Amino acid sequence: MSINVRFFASLRERVGSATLLVEAEGIRTARDVWAAVSDQPVDEDVLVAINKDYAALDRPVADGDEVAFFPPVTGG
Amino acid sequence: MHVDIRPEPFDPWQEVAAYRAVQLAGGAIGACAVFVGTMRDFNEGDSVQAMQLEHYPGMTEKHLAALVEQAITTHELSDALVLHRVGKLTPGADIVLVATFSAHRKTAFDACREIMEALKSSAPLWKKETLASGERWVAENTPG
Repeated sequence: MSINVRFFASLRERVGSATLLVEAEGIRTARDVWAAVSDQPVDEDVLVAINKDYAALDRPVADGDEVAFFPPVTGG
Repeated sequence: MHVDIRPEPFDPWQEVAAYRAVQLAGGAIGACAVFVGTMRDFNEGDSVQAMQLEHYPGMTEKHLAALVEQAITTHELSDALVLHRVGKLTPGADIVLVATFSAHRKTAFDACREIMEALKSSAPLWKKETLASGERWVAENTPG
């Protein structure tokens, strides 16, 4: 099983991918998910959502979850 | 309550009129406050030719609905209509509509402002501008 990782806006362009699948084994939190997809530390202003709800980086994630990373929002 | 993300242009005034006619018939609504946000042709001192608006399908709608639900509960608002454009826009195109409906004006004004500010600061939406010199992501929203 795996975790579905999504990126939006400038972060998607930086990562070079809109979605990635990460093996769930050894992953405990959203921060671990980030570490699995990037060599860089996560920027302070990066926002995180788990299953389409805002979440803290240290929130636990589970097998099959969708974890999204995106920059500060600029709608309206 | 109605929340929608629109990939196509919309006319906010027609939308408000249609919503009132269909959803709010009868005499319970005494006040309607409307905010319409429109794309400018300048930002941070630069001329802007076009803009691409991106959202997080599913989360953006869910988040906006939660903001409206909260305003309805907090302000005893009767109803609200929130529409937001995505995709490619050019200057003059309407980006966002927040219309609030209540028995009295204070509730409608307060809730309209509150929903709009919450949308600006927390709804998953991102703007990328096209300038003469190339493209750039908007880093942060204007304060007000």
